[in-house]
Order: sequence, then C-alpha cells, then structure tokens
Amino acid sequence: MSNIKIAQISCGTEYSGIQSEIENAAGTVGGKMVYPDVSYDDITRAVDEFGFDPVSPQLKLMIARAKALADGHYDADAVFIATCFRCAEGALVRNEVRRYLQEHTRLPVVTYSFTERLKAAQLLTRMEALVTIVAKKELLARERQVGITAGIDSGSSTTKAMILQDNKIIGKAWTPTGEVMASAQEVLDQALAEAGIKFNNLEGIGVTGYGRFLIGRKLDANLIQEELTTNSKGAVWLADRQRGEATIIDIGGMDNKAITVRDGIPDNFTMGGICAGASGRFLEMVAKRLRVDITELGALADKGDWSKVNMNSYCSVFGIQDLVTSLAAGHTIEDVAAAACHSVAEQVYEQQLQEIDVRQPIIQVGGTSLISGLVRAVGDMVGSKPIVPENSQYIGAAGGALLSSGFLEGQ
Amino acid sequence: MKIFIMPPNSLILYDLVERFGHQPLSIMAELRDRVTEREMESPPLNVTLKDVTKGLKYAGIEVPSGVRGRMAVWGPLVDEAEAAIIMHNTPFTFGCVGCHRTNLLLMHRIRKKKIPTLEVEYPEDEEEGKIMVTKIKAFLEGLK
Repeated sequence: MSNIKIAQISCGTEYSGIQSEIENAAGTVGGKMVYPDVSYDDITRAVDEFGFDPVSPQLKLMIARAKALADGHYDADAVFIATCFRCAEGALVRNEVRRYLQEHTRLPVVTYSFTERLKAAQLLTRMEALVTIVAKKELLARERQVGITAGIDSGSSTTKAMILQDNKIIGKAWTPTGEVMASAQEVLDQALAEAGIKFNNLEGIGVTGYGRFLIGRKLDANLIQEELTTNSKGAVWLADRQRGEATIIDIGGMDNKAITVRDGIPDNFTMGGICAGASGRFLEMVAKRLRVDITELGALADKGDWSKVNMNSYCSVFGIQDLVTSLAAGHTIEDVAAAACHSVAEQVYEQQLQEIDVRQPIIQVGGTSLISGLVRAVGDMVGSKPIVPENSQYIGAAGGALLSSGFLEGQ
Repeated sequence: MKIFIMPPNSLILYDLVERFGHQPLSIMAELRDRVTEREMESPPLNVTLKDVTKGLKYAGIEVPSGVRGRMAVWGPLVDEAEAAIIMHNTPFTFGCVGCHRTNLLLMHRIRKKKIPTLEVEYPEDEEEGKIMVTKIKAFLEGLK
C-alpha cells in the first residue's frame, strides 16, 4: 500500500528540533508527511480571504497551506496541525485553521502543541489513527459484528476483554493491568469461560491499547489497532449511535481522549493531558486517601458540593495536598470527592475540549465513566448530560471485537 | 565592524553592509551549516534539542520552543555584533525569521546592547528606497 499523505501545517517544528520526530512517527505507521506548496501571492490572498492576519509569517504560511488543501490545489489524505506549546498567536491560528479545514474538507485532522522534548513515540498513536481512518475506511464503516470474535483492550490501568457473537455480548472480563500478556490472557480466559466457548472457537481477535503489539503478536490477532479509532467504534456501537455526529470523551488512567465522530469514524481528536491531575489515576489516588473503594467515589461525589472545596491543581501531588488541607479544615469526604471530580472535569474541559468542536450527543466512556460524580461534573461543564452506555468501560474491547469481525466476511 | 542585520536573512541588507566595507553577521552561513552538516539528524533544518536548550540563555523555559530554537541560531550573532541595522515593516519575502515573537526579542536585545544601531522603515517607493540606502550608507561609513 502506498504511503498515506499527511499534510503538515505547522509553525516552529524545525526550530524546535522535532521535525525528524514527526516524520519518524508518520513513517513508522505507513504515513508520509507532505507540505502543501504555496506561492507568495497565495499567502497574501489566503490571509485576506481567511480574515485572520497573524503577524508571524510562518503562521500566515499555515493559513495559506490550509487554504490550498481546502481549495483542492494540493492533495493529501489527512492533516496534522501543530504549533509551539505556550504560543498564544500559534494557538489561535492552530484552532482556527483546524475549524476551517473541518468546515471545508472531510479530511481527518489532529492538532498538537509541542515542546522541544517531543519524541516520535508520543505521536505514534495519533499518526496511526490518522492513517487508520484513511487506510481502513471500509473496515471502520462496519456497524454490525458477525461470527464469534474477541476484543482485548490493554490499558494503562486495566485490561479488558469482550467476546461478541452475532452482534451480542456473550462474555466480558476486566482486571487491573499487571504484566501485560498475563493480564490479557487472564481476562480473555474469563470472558471465554463466561461465554462458554473455547479459544479455538474464536474466528477473529482485535487488540487495542498500550500493549496491543505484544498481545496481538502472541495471540495472532487479525486486528491490532490504536485506541482512538477502536474506542470510537466501540463507543458508538455500545451507545447505539452509529450514525450522525457525536463527541466521545474517555478520561483514562494515563491519558484522556476527546474525539469527534461522524458516522462512528473520528474526524478530529485530541489525546493526552498535561498532568496527572486531570486523569483517572488522580481519582484513584483520591479514593485511596479518602479510604473508599474507587467504585464508591462517584456516589460520594453525587452527595457533595464541589464549590465548598478549593481543588483545581493540574498536578496530582498538589491536588492531593489540596485534599489533605480540605479534610483538615473539616470538609466532608462527600464535598472533597465532588471537588476531585469537578477538578478533573474542569481540566479536561479547559485543556482538551477546547481543541475540538464539541458535537452533541456526548458519549462518556472508559472506566472513569462509571464514576457518576465525574459524569455529572463533565455534564455541568459542557452543558448537557453525557450518555454513558452500558459496559462503557469495555469500549476498546467492544471496538476490537466488532472491527475484527470485518475480516470474516468475504473469507 | 561586525554588523547584525534585521531581518537577519535579508540579502539586500547583507549586500549593503558588505558593499560599504563591513562584515555582515550572516545567518545564511549559520543556516547552511545546519542544513549540510552530515552528522546532524534533523533535516531539513538541523536545529537540535541541544540548540533549543542553548536558547535558554535568551529566553526562559516558559517561552515557546520555536522562539528558543530561533534564538539559539540568532542570539549568538547579536552577542557578537558591534553595530546593527534594523528595518521595520518589511514584507516577509524581504527576509524573516518566521516568528514575530522572536523578532521582538531580537530587537530588544540589540537595543539593550547599546551598540550603534540604525532603525529604518521598509521603503514603499523608489524615492524612499534611495533615502534608505543613503541613510544606511551614511551609518556604515560613520562606523569606520
């Protein structure tokens, strides 16, 4: 298969010493960075028509390159938009260019703000998702599972498995992630036992998450795919929202994902999180400090009032300090739990949801979507109650099982 | 004398400085090294993590990496400069560093250095062009 052309629209990558990392990341997943050609006249005209005239010339060039793509003067399959972290002018242009491209093209887009420390590995999942969206269009269009297939999601906090048969869930299991392969084997065995079938009965296996390559190789999976596209498919399948638009929010143990989808296929996404204070891991720490099980945290938070407690740190260590101080000041654990959920939701809203245009409905998924207080806090933040589908923590596994069945038909 | 020119990659300013007997601090050579050095690993422009770290001399860690990377290339030339010519309101085809924040910082550092500095406007027509060249000529000759 020829390389997927990813148009790079950026400012500062060469001078930050990270251009080769971007190109390496794309090359590793079968993509190739390309740079839309524009002339001097194109730049002046594009900036005029765009209606935003940044002072920095390289940002003007970004606008002209976006316009070349939108006008069809340059051919690409996907777009990577990046500017320096902490550059206000760059952030404005990055966001407006992303909006412009989404209004004028159907190209999948990912935005990124980088520092000089960016390494190719940090971009791999994003680049792989861009390539997947283009290269596996037909597979991603699959809305119904067939045969008997398994999906395994090897996440940073938990490993999940799900068995599907003829579009129905017949087995599922999860465990905290320990040794990657052993955890995967454990949940797969449990899910198979629940389903009452043997490993040999499986007609397909789809693997996603951080441990996907190791597990996929060992189990000879027919689908090894990053979690952005796999989880999106799982989310819309579980929520029965395969058609139309939606926003998927997945607050994970290590990183958060915000994905906009059209007919179940992502067209824009952000992934990451600057600090642990905005992650599921922080809520685990809070639960531990409050001496409650993580499964009880949501119900506690539902009874509390977040506004009574000052907690809004980006850093989990400082967040726990706020928690300790609040408890010492006599606040109830309900209020503290509510404040922790609010703090995570607020940071996801401030850091990540600003990088995409939120589309209704919002589907909240992942293990943290089982924490009702967090779902409520996200709903307060975005102004509408998120849909939390049944088995919402199994999105990756469900997506893996659904998509891997795409290889069965036509065999 | 060693003259820093702003925009630092302006061929016209480079030529004028050289023509009137001074040494333009050439960004072209700096950039050529960073494109052609074989052991470097970040084509097409070999600014490395080490360079960006060097840029901390000119701007703090909270400043965008692109500004620090640019300052790592241009900052040492300002340090070396004995005089400077700054041209304002230039179209970017005349020469630019791509980032306006870096331009502002470079101009500030030149002014702070208190070396002889000529600040001129980009000429809009032939007459203004002649006046500009005359000013630059007088400035450069005055440095001798």
